[in-house]
Amino acid sequence: MAKVLMKGNEAIGAAAINAGCRYFFGYPITPQNELPEYMSRELPKVGGVFVQAESEVAAINMVYGAAGSGVRVMTSSSSPGIALKQEGISYIAGAELPAVIVNIVRGGPGLGSIQPSQSDYNQSTRGGGDGDYHLLVYAPANIQEMVDLLQDAFDKADYYRNPVMVMGDGMIGQMMEPVEFKERPEVDLPAKDWAATGTEGKRAPNVINSLFLKPEELEDHNIRLTEKYDIMKNNEQRWETYNMEKPEIICVAYGTTARIVKSAIDTLKGEGIEIGLIRPITVWPFPEKAFVELPESAKMFLSVEMSMGQMIDDIKIVNQGRLPVEFYGRSGGMIPSPDGVVGKIRALLGGAK
Amino acid sequence: MAVVFQKTKGLTDKQTHYCPGCTHGIIHRLVAEVLEELDVLGETVGVAPVGCSVLAYEYFNCDMQEAAHGRAPAVATGIKRALPDKVVFSYQGDGDLASIGTAEIVHVAHRAEKITTIFVNNAIYGMTGGQMAPTTLIGQKTTTSPYGRDSNITGFPLRISEMLATIDGAVFVERVSVHNPAAIRKAKKAIKKAFEVQLEGKGFGIVEVLSTCPTNWGMTPVNALGWLEENMIPYYPLGNFKSPEEAK
Amino acid sequence: MAKGIVIFNEDICKGCALCTTNCPVNIVVLDTSRINQKGYHPATLSDPDKCIGCANCAMMCPDNVITVERF
Repeated sequence: MAKVLMKGNEAIGAAAINAGCRYFFGYPITPQNELPEYMSRELPKVGGVFVQAESEVAAINMVYGAAGSGVRVMTSSSSPGIALKQEGISYIAGAELPAVIVNIVRGGPGLGSIQPSQSDYNQSTRGGGDGDYHLLVYAPANIQEMVDLLQDAFDKADYYRNPVMVMGDGMIGQMMEPVEFKERPEVDLPAKDWAATGTEGKRAPNVINSLFLKPEELEDHNIRLTEKYDIMKNNEQRWETYNMEKPEIICVAYGTTARIVKSAIDTLKGEGIEIGLIRPITVWPFPEKAFVELPESAKMFLSVEMSMGQMIDDIKIVNQGRLPVEFYGRSGGMIPSPDGVVGKIRALLGGAK
Repeated sequence: MAVVFQKTKGLTDKQTHYCPGCTHGIIHRLVAEVLEELDVLGETVGVAPVGCSVLAYEYFNCDMQEAAHGRAPAVATGIKRALPDKVVFSYQGDGDLASIGTAEIVHVAHRAEKITTIFVNNAIYGMTGGQMAPTTLIGQKTTTSPYGRDSNITGFPLRISEMLATIDGAVFVERVSVHNPAAIRKAKKAIKKAFEVQLEGKGFGIVEVLSTCPTNWGMTPVNALGWLEENMIPYYPLGNFKSPEEAK
Repeated sequence: MAKGIVIFNEDICKGCALCTTNCPVNIVVLDTSRINQKGYHPATLSDPDKCIGCANCAMMCPDNVITVERF
């Protein structure tokens, strides 16, 4: 299939429909409005359903209902809207339903701003809602990767019976890039025989539920969920490395920020300064496998974020005390510039080089 | 010899957790009897609420989904949009529907979702121990209105049926009661009509059922029936507020 | 002579007495001489011969205790 030039938010919609998503429940919020608008225009053409809910809370609970019926369903929002959706996300995880949630992150806290940000890292990777649960969280760095990961997200959601989040930022939602919708291999997925679709008198009722009043049963449920998350931790870590042969500093950055870091790395390489990058593609599970073997040249980590250092904890966990972990970030809709990253690296290297 | 009354196949054999004399059991039975009589048990997905009837999914003999508090209409919307040929209902109490879930119930009606809602109004929060509900009557004592509900402090009891009847998408709205056999027969008729409206694809239907809470009202089940009749019905008049013939 | 038979699934009766409120011949009562396995005085008929099989008692029962047959 040939490449087409698409805006990020619309490419997400096209990828979802390509992946078999026929149900979308959303609520307007900047900067992701092109996505529900696209779905309202395109879903009816393929026999799908778009509903503009009365709130983010209602939208995610519609997703929960449709997911319980066994269909491929998606919602999207931006940070404060995702905060409202945490109730339903927790229920979807607790009831073990597949669903895809797109977060086009904007600045916070509170009403924050409508500019790009990565300040939902903790909200996305630490649960966000109540209880012991995790989402599989993808953080694509460009629109092609967004499209590919979004299509994977539906398969992974079905496979694990777990909500999957695709986390971008205002930049990736608004930018235009050429994108290709690749032929996707058929994935062997289990039948959704758990779905509540009516018994047709042929089986005992199916119940979609996250309530376990007996403590023994809820603990068993939590243990089983944790076993599932452990399998996800083992099988679903994704990352990219860049210039990791003999770096003095290893930058860690995800999403669009990683692109800025790469350009800083290229600039410094021209001056003979070697800086590497580990780019988490999954932020949950965090790609700890990428941090097992570190080049001997590395003196420190540098977390680069469009937030105030939310990823530092994860880097420290996988670093296991080996190297210092430094931080450079901008927030509130301010985007780190390559020069800003270069300046921080020069300062860390003593300013002499 | 003919059996004139026996338990409906629309209910499972599970004994309910409801307090003695709680009329939830009667209302469950009416819904289940209607589903059986319409021969749609196998095509039905019900949505249970949070509140006393949180375990309704164990009692209705059909596929069920448990919703978050107040969100049953949104969950039912998701199900009905995914399964437009199935029968979808939500079963909700007054805390669930008339307090935390007001946005969801108004908008399920506003969208004219083809679902049926059974709204059980007993003027109190039962499960959490008898706190004030939006439907608690003026002067009624609850654990959070210990001096009796005072409209200067807490406003006035909310009449949900009257409010929803103003919405074009709500095509069937009726308030019924279950305090005696005649009222129960009428309640069943209304519930059946509400499901028929759904089967005919006409829009949203709701039946508000006045119900008792002997435990939290602090009276015997029999006295609770009398209290309902004497106190609730005058404020919440029974009757049909909207049927498809008059719906726009 | 009775026109109806009322069968109580006594074990699941919660003794709420709603069934006793609307019997036209006033024969549905709680049996205060006995306690069922739930710990309640179960509902029963004081004078089965008078039953007319109207099923009002069953209609009022929240717990599906009652089956009614009629001649």
